[in-house]
Amino acid sequence: MTPRPPILQLRQITKSFGPFAAVDRVDLDIAEGEFFTIVGPSGSGKTTMVRMLAGMETPTSGDLLLRGKRINDLPANKRPTCMVFQSLALFPHRTVGQNIEFPLKMRGVAPAARKERALRLLSQLRLPEDYYAKSVQKCSGGERQRVALARALAFDPEILFFDEPLSAIDYKLRKALEKELKDIHRDTGKTFVYITHSLEEAMVMSDRIGVLKAGRFIQVGTPEDIYSRPENRFVSEFMGDVNVFPVRRQDDGMLLSEPFGLTFKAPALPNGFTSGYLVVRPEALRFVAKASDADNVIPGKLYNEYALGSRVQYQVRSGDHVLIVERLRQQSGPLQRDADVSVGWDATDSVLVGD
Amino acid sequence: MEPTDRRGLALPQGLRFALPLILALLAGFVAPLAAVVAYSFMPPRTFGLDHSPTLANYVEIVASNSHIALYWSLTFAALTVVILAAVCYPIAYGMARVFGRWSTVIVLLFTIPLFVSENVRIYGWILFFIKNGVLLGSLKSLFGVEPDSWLFTKGIVLLGMVYVYLPFMLFPMTLGVAMVPADAREAAQDLGASRWQVFREIELPLSMPGIVIGLLLTFVLAVGAIVEAKVLGGQTIIPITHDIEIAFTYAQNWPLGAALSVLLMLIVGALVLLALRRFDLDAILGRR
Repeated sequence: MTPRPPILQLRQITKSFGPFAAVDRVDLDIAEGEFFTIVGPSGSGKTTMVRMLAGMETPTSGDLLLRGKRINDLPANKRPTCMVFQSLALFPHRTVGQNIEFPLKMRGVAPAARKERALRLLSQLRLPEDYYAKSVQKCSGGERQRVALARALAFDPEILFFDEPLSAIDYKLRKALEKELKDIHRDTGKTFVYITHSLEEAMVMSDRIGVLKAGRFIQVGTPEDIYSRPENRFVSEFMGDVNVFPVRRQDDGMLLSEPFGLTFKAPALPNGFTSGYLVVRPEALRFVAKASDADNVIPGKLYNEYALGSRVQYQVRSGDHVLIVERLRQQSGPLQRDADVSVGWDATDSVLVGD
Repeated sequence: MEPTDRRGLALPQGLRFALPLILALLAGFVAPLAAVVAYSFMPPRTFGLDHSPTLANYVEIVASNSHIALYWSLTFAALTVVILAAVCYPIAYGMARVFGRWSTVIVLLFTIPLFVSENVRIYGWILFFIKNGVLLGSLKSLFGVEPDSWLFTKGIVLLGMVYVYLPFMLFPMTLGVAMVPADAREAAQDLGASRWQVFREIELPLSMPGIVIGLLLTFVLAVGAIVEAKVLGGQTIIPITHDIEIAFTYAQNWPLGAALSVLLMLIVGALVLLALRRFDLDAILGRR
């Protein structure tokens, strides 16, 4: 990625509600044209964050800079930014066309020019032209998404914020809209700041992802960074199924996992590492015939298998511990339940993280 | 279980359960109304429905000066509604958005007087405004001034009507304002709308169902007002309801009273239908 100038900068941004800091001294630079996603579980402060960025809440302290200018106290209607709401907040008493034209009407654009722009946006978002006169209440979920996006694009914002707009959409449509949104990001070249609780959704679309926990970013990086190089256990577990082994460093550089009573060969050890967690993604695990086939091997029994479409997931139990193994369908052989299996992985496919 | 009747009376289940209520309403509401309409076509000063129909009562109304009473009733009802709309919208807005839990207190303060009969409350106003009463008596003893009493003026009639019908405007309006989704307002603002634009484009149209219901309710009630004009106004104005009452009681001319009632119902009904056509509630809500 070529370095781009920051469009939005957060400097020690804090939002407190009484003694509780929903957003806690956050520093962040968002680059011009970037698709930046803020991911966090519910209660992590992500909605408060985006409402502050969009101008619907005022930070308790810190500075919010838009192209270097402090905009803390600039109300939402004076900011060149725009948000797509979780509820979409379409105006129910207006047609699709009137919804899209709303920001232009507020600016005093002539009706003919408004309509022309609305029709262009309809075609850009692949909505039929005759939707112009349709009531938004009669649109389907996916169509309403597109209308909300068209309305935001009509505003021609410098930054577009999204507050979990896809969370209420069924899986198949959501997957399609995620890609569509990324395409629109590419087409418009605008800065997108997206909020979601789904790291999977963030992965599909984002240039960079910030993982939010209790009002602070605990890791900011590319999807690849977040997936392959999580900096702590929370981030590694946020992506979904993952195998986490509590480990302690031995003098010989091996890792001792007390719950398993096994020693594992370590990936490159961070400086000063003494104890933490060894994280192995399910797809890095494989069934091995003998101990020498992989750097680390754990014996266990196959408990169950789950078909995930192109992949198959296996649950292997080793004593009280559960291991999750995922293989591509083509690579998966028939396995008997309760069969004795050995599960292994190579040290380079694992990551060491702190708490 | 199959909702079929063994005796072959196969009424749909919904109708069977609704039937008692439908019969009660037919007997208690539709029948008296039909009787009033029927009486309006009976010869003047008769008391039975067995005479041949005539338009004499309607002719008498047109010839008489009842149109003045009708004018006062409609004018005062319209003025009441306009004043109430202006007074209640800010209060409704406050109750729905600003006052928070204090709106409960305000609702109570608006509601408690409703437990007292309207007549009693109106006589309370008399005590307040009468010469040597609460207001003028206090002014006299404290400052030695003695302005004329406002009682028995048109203004006090209007004040009384606004006072009595305020809750019927306020509560539907509050519901209407509360129906406006918070995020629609925020989205409008975020899309560059000023406060005034948010009000005009979003809040007013989306709260219109509640406002229209409040307008209609208070108008219909205010057209039927009588006590305010009688007691507070001391007959400064004669509303149509007064003529109707006189016809039925003092004058013992039921057919004339019935004809006046039918005329009033027709006029009010026409105005309400017109308003509903203009402000189609479903269309306002975008359901159509």
